[in-house]
Amino acid sequence: MTSVQVAAASDADLAEVALTRAEYVHLVTSLGREPNRLELGIVGALWSEHCSYKTSKPLLGTLPTQGPHVLQGPGENAGAVDIGHGLACVFKIESHNHPSAIEPYQGAATGVGGILRDIFTMGARPVALLDSLRFGPLDEPHQRHLFDGVVAGIGGYGNCIGVPTVGGELYFDESYRTNCLVNAMCVGVVEQGRLTRATASGPGNLVLLVGADTGRDGIHGASFASVVLDADSAARRPAVQVGNPFLEKCLMEACLELAGDPRVIAMQDLGAAGLCGSTAELAHRGGCGIEVDVARASRRETGMTPYEVMLSESQERMLIVARPDDVRSLQSVFERWDLHSDVVAVILPEQRFVVRDGGDRVCDLPLDLLVDGAPPRGAPGPRPDPPAPSAAPGPMPSWSHDEALLQLLGSPNLGSRASVYRRYDHQVGDATLILPGGDAALVRVDGTSLGLALATDGNSRYAALDARLGAMIAVCEAARNVVATGAKPAAITNCLNFANPEHADVWWDLHDAIDGIGAACRVLEIPVVSGNVSLYNDTGGTGIDPTVVVGMVGVIDDVTQRCTAGFRDDGDLIALVGPVEAELDGSEYQRIAHGVNAGLPPHLDLDLERRVHGFVLDAIAAGLLHSTHDCAEGGIAIAIAESCLLGDIGAWVGIEELGQDAGLNTGAAGILFGESQSRFVISFAREALVRLHELAGRHSVPFRGLGSVGGERVCVTGCIDVSLADVRRVHEGALIERE
Amino acid sequence: MRFGIAVFPGTWSDRDCRHAVELAGHEAVLLWHKDRDLRGADCVILPGGFAYGDYLRAGAVARFAPLMESVAEFASAGGLVWGICNGFQILCEAHLLPGALTRNSSLEFRCAPAWLRVETVDTVFTSGCARGDVLQIPVSHGEGRFVADDETLDMLEREQRVAFRYVRRDGSAVENASPNGSMHDIAGIVNERRNVLGMMPHPERACEALLGSSDGMLLFNSVAKMVSRDGAMPVAAVS
Repeated sequence: MTSVQVAAASDADLAEVALTRAEYVHLVTSLGREPNRLELGIVGALWSEHCSYKTSKPLLGTLPTQGPHVLQGPGENAGAVDIGHGLACVFKIESHNHPSAIEPYQGAATGVGGILRDIFTMGARPVALLDSLRFGPLDEPHQRHLFDGVVAGIGGYGNCIGVPTVGGELYFDESYRTNCLVNAMCVGVVEQGRLTRATASGPGNLVLLVGADTGRDGIHGASFASVVLDADSAARRPAVQVGNPFLEKCLMEACLELAGDPRVIAMQDLGAAGLCGSTAELAHRGGCGIEVDVARASRRETGMTPYEVMLSESQERMLIVARPDDVRSLQSVFERWDLHSDVVAVILPEQRFVVRDGGDRVCDLPLDLLVDGAPPRGAPGPRPDPPAPSAAPGPMPSWSHDEALLQLLGSPNLGSRASVYRRYDHQVGDATLILPGGDAALVRVDGTSLGLALATDGNSRYAALDARLGAMIAVCEAARNVVATGAKPAAITNCLNFANPEHADVWWDLHDAIDGIGAACRVLEIPVVSGNVSLYNDTGGTGIDPTVVVGMVGVIDDVTQRCTAGFRDDGDLIALVGPVEAELDGSEYQRIAHGVNAGLPPHLDLDLERRVHGFVLDAIAAGLLHSTHDCAEGGIAIAIAESCLLGDIGAWVGIEELGQDAGLNTGAAGILFGESQSRFVISFAREALVRLHELAGRHSVPFRGLGSVGGERVCVTGCIDVSLADVRRVHEGALIERE
Repeated sequence: MRFGIAVFPGTWSDRDCRHAVELAGHEAVLLWHKDRDLRGADCVILPGGFAYGDYLRAGAVARFAPLMESVAEFASAGGLVWGICNGFQILCEAHLLPGALTRNSSLEFRCAPAWLRVETVDTVFTSGCARGDVLQIPVSHGEGRFVADDETLDMLEREQRVAFRYVRRDGSAVENASPNGSMHDIAGIVNERRNVLGMMPHPERACEALLGSSDGMLLFNSVAKMVSRDGAMPVAAVS
């Protein structure tokens, strides 16, 4: 190593490409020479956290990724599961946090564009989009600006391209004040025989770059996403890309025409690190090499350097690998959609990454070093001592339970999301059978009786108190949403949003969260088929709470058997499935009543969780239930009020008996608003009661009658008595800007 | 009965329209924007979407498509042309219908259920409805606010060319029942010969109870019934 001059790159050079001095030394040692500036930039992009997963990869290896229905696990553009009828469901979630914090509209729009490409790259027609969003407190003007911009961006892209945005979630919390989160999930469907991979093969085969011309936008996007934001971040606006959903629509239709076409050897979209990242991954997966000639790429502007062409993150671009004889006929398919294509690269037999600029060879790196060579980052330090137990929150507020119910329902985290999802086309495709606003959305699969239940979930208040338990709850909560429709969970994708992993507490939270996801998935037998990690959500030393977003896909064989969350018929009985506790720690009640997040998250018994799912699925399949709603933030009282709102009918329940049942003496607030896990509020015709009791016994799950459906008030004996109209008014007004 | 469904780059309701047409038991053929051949369609549907991206103004570029030359000729010969959402915008830009569709008064995209009162049954498209019927058909658009000068509005009302008006769920007309601020709460209009219909709501999304409403099917069936009764040029019988 001493023979190598390692001081050539200045600290400023390394900062520019987000490499550490140690990584640089490793690079120079491995290469046996100093990289030139282009090579340094390319390595910086591919060794960024965003591309290399150098921090998270060693941890992600522990997740269960196998299962009888898994067709494609992590490692491709998206995961895929067998849903029967010869079809595959292809899906993935991805973050676009850093760009959205700088330029909310385009950041969110291109996040949607990027995840759509991941799905149609695999030959699957996108059938649904979901978005998981986090912002700081909504009453702050800047947060409102970010929120409005992100919602407009998601709608602007999704509405234009004609893929329905059917669900997602939205939270507001102090922890996201300087780092908003925008995680977009896309779900597609394809005949299994047409599933397309991004694995290049065949030396001498050519690589077509299709779609948008290459411009200077988004240069350094991958590196940008791998550093903490600071006061100068706004000046990095050029690192945010601009979306063109119309172009993507044309690209999507052309690519879908070619799905399963034998002329297409591989398809790979351009995302993080642009041409550089996509060509390197394409070749690396196939165990071959690639030679890119930047002079052949059509450009949007003049005077671009090879570095800029390779690192540009211009949107709406795709690579197609084909035999030389097939190139012309493939180009004609794209021309029909008025899409331009250039042959920009050739597959090499040896595993090298070569870049030419016409006649000049400007980069030549070993491919393995480039793609897999980033030194993995372990724990930056030992596990820190757990924080001292937080002081007990003050005394209960003097609100009546009526007031507490209305406060919660009118709060930004529990209020109606209608003012958001009405800005998204959630019905294009003629397939959305359960619209946004309930638990999971349900999208039927064209030409079959199948339905896909789709949900995203991730309560970061729990994860802030206990990352492992919070992550387990996120998996269970997403599963509950899917189960509530009658669909069996099939697989998950996850997006791990964390602060700066160079801090030991953050790294260990990441470690624990991944461990928690794995633990829950193993018990529930749900594989993880794709995912994304977003680190460095940290500004000026203030990081976000650990935020595990789980995107779940469930399958129901016959959509006519689906169940919804709204109460249905006057006189139906209401029951609670699952435990009765009084767990207010980490709850929305605690946030609103005490302004803190303290204590321990609710207890979770994974085996009980599994049994409760089994009970609900059996009860729905047997046609016994008229409504099923999972009991989440805000507890039983909120779940009941939501079922009333969705069904436009009141309810009467006697909840106080529950406390006596469970031997609790903490007062009604804990029972009403506590967020104990593994619970559903169900309603059913009286005649079904005996069979449900019997079914609950068979699954060994707690089952308690609560009351009945009817009237125009939400009533809990001795605690709550509010008109449904008042409940609706506060619920619908929660996100509306107050003058 | 054969429906021709136009496909511009950026059109996305073509698949849903085909689904609805086939569900109704009719034939659907897709008409590519670069072609001039209407492929023997009895009725041409201009479906929803963002033709050519609609970056300039909704429908402003699509009106110049080669296919639109054939559609205009077809319409002037009395052929049935049905513009839905973006199709309505294109028909206005092409001057096959009067008025214009501007940004929703909320300045936001709006995807929501809507209730339309059938204002005239003297069109092929509504011939199977009764006047005053209330149809539940969803909207999904950002630029659906129908505007026209007073003279045009008077003419449309006088000649009973308002096909659909946004009303409340119970059918009552109230000021600003529309989701977009349309003048006179207009949701759809026909041309003078009554063979060209433009409407912002999406009937193809309301053809199955499973999707929440099957009221849209009334319109598809109305067209099919008149075409099969009167042959390929039903408007001749009307005008």
